[in-house]
Amino acid sequence: MLTNKVAVDEAPVGVNADAKPRKKRSQMHDVWKRFRKSRTAMFGLFIIIALIILALSAEILAPADAINPGYDIQDLGNTFAPPGGEHIFGTDNFGRDIFARIAHGARISLYVGFVVVSISMVTGVTLGALSGYYSGIIDNVIMRIIDILLAIPFLLLAVSIVAALGPGLRNVMIAVGVAGIPGYARIVRASVLSVREQEFIEAARSVGANNFRIITRHILPNCMAPIIVQATMGMAGAILSAAALSFIGLGIQPPQPEWGAMLAESRRFMRDHWHMVMFPGVAIATVIFGLNMIGDGLRDAFDPRLKK
Amino acid sequence: MPENTAQASNEALLDIQDLSIHYITEDGTVRAVNNLNLSLKRGETIGLVGETGAGKTTTALGIMRLVPDPPGKIVGGRINFAGEDLTQKSDAAMRNVRGKRISMIFQDPMTSLNPVIPVRDQIAEVILLHEKVSAAEALAKAEEMLLKVGIRSERAREYPHQFSGGMRQRVVIAIALACNPELLISDEPTTALDVTIQAQVLELMKNLKREFNTSMIMITHDLGIVADICDKVAIMYAGSVVEIGDKYDLFRNPKHPYTIGLFNSLPDIEKDEDSLKPIKGFMPDPMDLPSGCPFHPRCDVAKPICMQAAPSEYVNVSENHRVKCLLFSDTTGGE
Repeated sequence: MLTNKVAVDEAPVGVNADAKPRKKRSQMHDVWKRFRKSRTAMFGLFIIIALIILALSAEILAPADAINPGYDIQDLGNTFAPPGGEHIFGTDNFGRDIFARIAHGARISLYVGFVVVSISMVTGVTLGALSGYYSGIIDNVIMRIIDILLAIPFLLLAVSIVAALGPGLRNVMIAVGVAGIPGYARIVRASVLSVREQEFIEAARSVGANNFRIITRHILPNCMAPIIVQATMGMAGAILSAAALSFIGLGIQPPQPEWGAMLAESRRFMRDHWHMVMFPGVAIATVIFGLNMIGDGLRDAFDPRLKK
Repeated sequence: MPENTAQASNEALLDIQDLSIHYITEDGTVRAVNNLNLSLKRGETIGLVGETGAGKTTTALGIMRLVPDPPGKIVGGRINFAGEDLTQKSDAAMRNVRGKRISMIFQDPMTSLNPVIPVRDQIAEVILLHEKVSAAEALAKAEEMLLKVGIRSERAREYPHQFSGGMRQRVVIAIALACNPELLISDEPTTALDVTIQAQVLELMKNLKREFNTSMIMITHDLGIVADICDKVAIMYAGSVVEIGDKYDLFRNPKHPYTIGLFNSLPDIEKDEDSLKPIKGFMPDPMDLPSGCPFHPRCDVAKPICMQAAPSEYVNVSENHRVKCLLFSDTTGGE
């Protein structure tokens, strides 16, 4: 009778009448389903998608002319134009269209966010995984380095890195990226510590998998939830930090339209020409808001205890 | 391979001699396995029976060389597997043994599969690790293995959480048998399953074992399972085998007081009993084993000498049945 049961299950595909096609349901699939239910998260996603479209179409919305790129077309006869009309966000002290600069600035911000997150995520995840997997001396050495990084105030660290390497976008990204490493390393280490004790890791070892394979294929995929959340939130932080560094003059150099640099330039005219400060400021706030919304939504979607 | 096994069927595939595994901690040394002896022929199934804490799982992990180190250490003995001493092998060499020549099935199928990898890919992983095949061939073979354990191929791409406990344990079995290992170690494979599923899984294991001519170590505390699928039984107490023998010999004629106690603690449906007859006392603390025979504080028939001397030699009860107890050794005059 028992053998019969097995035999029934073994019936070839198509013969079995109740063989309904089943959907492949990965963890990511479930997460997306839960994510979609959160209105705020979807709103954040909408903001970021809109921003990506804006950044991608910057060349079309504000094309370059014969001499200058689209963000640096000056019209010295029409400086400080208020919003509306031909220039929907108005013009700045050189008569440049602020909307064009914001659209081009979106490219820089997203680029900075992406590169910074890549730098800190790759380094942080590697360090955290090694530290968590091989406890002992390796763990101690790595975590003390991380502690040292954490002990230096972020702005001081960034200023010294930029001071050593010189100002400019690339160095700002390195500075902000390095400053983000500890966050990833600690989160990943904590998850690895809990995942490596699970039975399926022992099972993986029992089929002859080596350490590298166990870390990359079995442990890290199970630590993805906190890493993704941290990356989303971290991207917001990175954009904000890069804007702050540009604001104090360490980042992007003029005439590049970085939002933080735009804020810094327009500070002088704030009293008389509100729109020059307003739009870059709103742009920064919006993208940070959107990314944090997504981050929160993902955190909830990844946490099955919050399932309703 | 088949003619090879036929040739070697008389010699032992696995021969463990005086194996000792200790966990060395700051609070003291846990003597989990002490001078354990065990041997197994090709195609044979041995049941490793004992209470929780008797060292069954540590023995299994020891054979796989997967005892967590630190704190665990194989402090003595040999594990001869097909003529080679596994305790002397390098880590890299052991990785080629694990999964390919010796496989292990873990107790809880709920936790022994990786939740983020489809089951088919988890089976293919073993095949890819040990056989020179392409990824596509490995996946095809994985689906074949799933069919063998009774899982239809349209479910192959699903994730472990989409399967029931019994189905998952079948997947685990498929992983364990994917490379056709010579030895399969099952660590209480059915404890986490309910009885009907348990029977199905055992039946499946029995059939596959026959098909692949695999030797098996079945770790269990269920004498019913032993009676069902094992050829031999080894009774473990405090880290060593106290009685070993052919299933029929041992079940009909248990000798060691501990074995007798185990059988007595089973409820008998024929008799109208009000209470079970458990063995008195508890398993000794492996950090502080009693002097002499480790079982003497719980033994009803212990003699004075049992407190001083530990039995070291096995006494043959019959050709296929040996016991390690001073009651039967010549120095104390036997039974």
